[in-house]
Amino acid sequence: MQRVDYMTEAQNKENLLTIRGLKISARVDNKWCEIVHGIDLDLKRGEVLGLIGESGAGKSSVGLAAMGFTRNGCEITGGSVDFDGIDMARASDSQKQALRGMRIAYVAQSAAASFNPAHKLINQYVEAPTTHGTSNDKDAREEAISLYRKLQLPAPESIGFRYPHQLSGGQLQRAMTAMAMSCKPDLIIFDEPTTALDVTTQIEVLAAIREIVREYNTAALYISHDLAVVAQMADRMQVLKNGNTVEIADTATMLAAPVEDYTKTLWAVRNIQRPEADTANADVIMELNNIDASYVKGGEKILKDISIKVKRGQTLAVVGESGSGKSTTARVISGLLEASRGDIVFNGKALPTHFKQRDKNTLRQIQMIYQMPDTALNPRQKVADIIGRPLQFYLGLNRSEKRARTEQLLEQVELDPGQYLNRYPGELSGGQKQRICIARALAAEPEFIICDEVTSALDQAVNKSILDLLTRLQKELNLTYLFITHDLATVQAIADEVVVMLKGEVVEQDTRKALFAPPHHEYTERLLSSVPQMDPDWLNNLLDQRRGQVS
Amino acid sequence: MHLLSRYLPASLRSAPASALFGIFVICLYLLVVVLAPVIAPYSETEILGAAYEPWSSTYWLGTDSLGRDMLSRIIYGARNTVGVALMATVLAFLLGGFMGLLAATVGGLVDQLLSRTVDVLLAIPSLIFALLILTIVGTSATSLILVIAVLDSTKVFRLARSVAQTVVVMDYVEAARLRGEGMWYLIRREILPNVSAPLIAEFGLRFCFVFLFISTLSFLGLGAQPPSADWGSMVRDNATLIAFGDITPLLPAGAIALLTIAINFVVDWKLHAASGLHD
Repeated sequence: MQRVDYMTEAQNKENLLTIRGLKISARVDNKWCEIVHGIDLDLKRGEVLGLIGESGAGKSSVGLAAMGFTRNGCEITGGSVDFDGIDMARASDSQKQALRGMRIAYVAQSAAASFNPAHKLINQYVEAPTTHGTSNDKDAREEAISLYRKLQLPAPESIGFRYPHQLSGGQLQRAMTAMAMSCKPDLIIFDEPTTALDVTTQIEVLAAIREIVREYNTAALYISHDLAVVAQMADRMQVLKNGNTVEIADTATMLAAPVEDYTKTLWAVRNIQRPEADTANADVIMELNNIDASYVKGGEKILKDISIKVKRGQTLAVVGESGSGKSTTARVISGLLEASRGDIVFNGKALPTHFKQRDKNTLRQIQMIYQMPDTALNPRQKVADIIGRPLQFYLGLNRSEKRARTEQLLEQVELDPGQYLNRYPGELSGGQKQRICIARALAAEPEFIICDEVTSALDQAVNKSILDLLTRLQKELNLTYLFITHDLATVQAIADEVVVMLKGEVVEQDTRKALFAPPHHEYTERLLSSVPQMDPDWLNNLLDQRRGQVS
Repeated sequence: MHLLSRYLPASLRSAPASALFGIFVICLYLLVVVLAPVIAPYSETEILGAAYEPWSSTYWLGTDSLGRDMLSRIIYGARNTVGVALMATVLAFLLGGFMGLLAATVGGLVDQLLSRTVDVLLAIPSLIFALLILTIVGTSATSLILVIAVLDSTKVFRLARSVAQTVVVMDYVEAARLRGEGMWYLIRREILPNVSAPLIAEFGLRFCFVFLFISTLSFLGLGAQPPSADWGSMVRDNATLIAFGDITPLLPAGAIALLTIAINFVVDWKLHAASGLHD
């Protein structure tokens, strides 16, 4: 298929993609239920439209529908998807096949899962241009190298000859973008391309994507739940909720003056401000002294000389990129991983390093809340059993006492006991599951709770309500939290003190106020400046600034 | 089907027709096993008439090589064959299942020790192993059940261990460990409920294999001993009739086949439910 460029100036301004009244239904237990209820969408040539919403809002379904595609078990049941005069919803498979990769490309959330691990990158790159006949093998390879260079991948001449597992997540995401650009498509759909990346890596990918999209004048649908990220990329934004459009506006207008209440809640978590705590005079409940740890005996150290102090009734946030040793620190404290050196002091007493050597009372006092509420709750136990077990195990409550206390705990985490007591975890939403996990931890009447990325699997609005709940419970029960997170907005919302970790070492420990105020440690500075702000010019300014530093 | 479904328990209402048929057949067999003395017109061992009498109103399915009533022997045969197979399978699952869950939960040296022992047992062809043991200890219902149970438990062990290993790494098991829960609680309350679906499905399959295995042993003369009736040896004893165009010896074989199919229908349904497949 040959592309013809005979468009007049007038046509050029017209919509590239026009979606009208799009309805998508999914089959659940042999019943069809509508998940997208008539969405309209316009995308001009060269324009970037941000699609924003929580999980389940239908943004990915709309993105796929733009290619005339639906997820397994879903179907387009109404409306039209007009891509440059072709109705994608009704186009034949061969028609769509000719367009995909050629004129419409797709960049998925997890590049690591989307590349074929058995083939070299450049061989996967040349597939689309050669099968669509836009280019021969030799030319495609040269183009690949020039695209790799434009996307600022290291060693562009040779990187294509590596296998996917030999690249980092951020590099893979850029290689994927290069692949999407290979046929110079009119439209690219980015489905949460940076969600799985660390903030510091995210910057590079965002900058690379934006530059190349502008250079090729490609239209793009940018799907994300993170408003600040979309603010950097999109000319216009469309907010979706439960398969409906909530609000459409230019990026600047949307950020300055969002109209709908729902849009405002999307960045609610960024507006929580925690009152200053008296960190100087509080007594220390948990102390790590010079901890070393490794997963293999005598092997590489994951933690190097970690010393941390946690004060009673306060929250210590541990921040860092993935692989910085945050979660390993939690495992050492809980006794799941034995420290090879150093000691853990809890309430003035040294703790045995392995949890099996700790007595029941110590185990009771240190509880843990996990990142993924889905795997933290046994799917075959009812809520009443999940919360009831620690009550029976630690406190020896009998049947009726247990029931009364379980109901009380459910009320404490703001769930209606009558409704939730007999449910299985599968019948709860993500936020509700996390509340059950909190209730289970509270049932043990602990003093110290380790929260391991408890909000990162949840949506923004739910995120805020969980943080509010944790803050309230802390006040009521004088709990101490060790709060592990990679999100600095969450740190602002919950922490009294902050520990910054990098490659298994503590870079900085300070109060929240001191940490967020300059002067910073070099790495802290980098981490702080990498967090996307609600300012469409933030990325530009940051890149200018960093370039200035280099030159 | 709709009328029928009103009287079924909720868990069965969504079951396909094949599974309902399977359940019906299995219930029928169990009924026969329990009520054999009541249903059977004659005794299991009594010699009533001449050898190989044809089907008649007195002997509905004729008589066998010694003149015993064929129908009565098929009914009693259900007791011996199905009963032994059921006992052996249950025992195999108790033994293999427990050991497998234990190996997955404890890990380390215990896992190594159990797994390697099982590897050794699996390396010996089971039929030869069974023939060997049964020749040494002699054939009785008890020894038959024990030998088959031990042999089959190795396969159950492997399945239980591998499915449990995927559950053991879940956060909820870690949470229970951190709570200080004992091994027994972990296995029974946290792990077993999450591996029961594949184990139930495997139970159905294993039962079929055990069933066929017993029939094989009986056919070879090492299963149930005369004069007690069992389906495998009944086929062997009356096999000559087939040459005369009489289908009677095929009836015990058919009984085995029907039960095997019925169980597989139920197992298929359970497997689909466990894997979440729709079609």
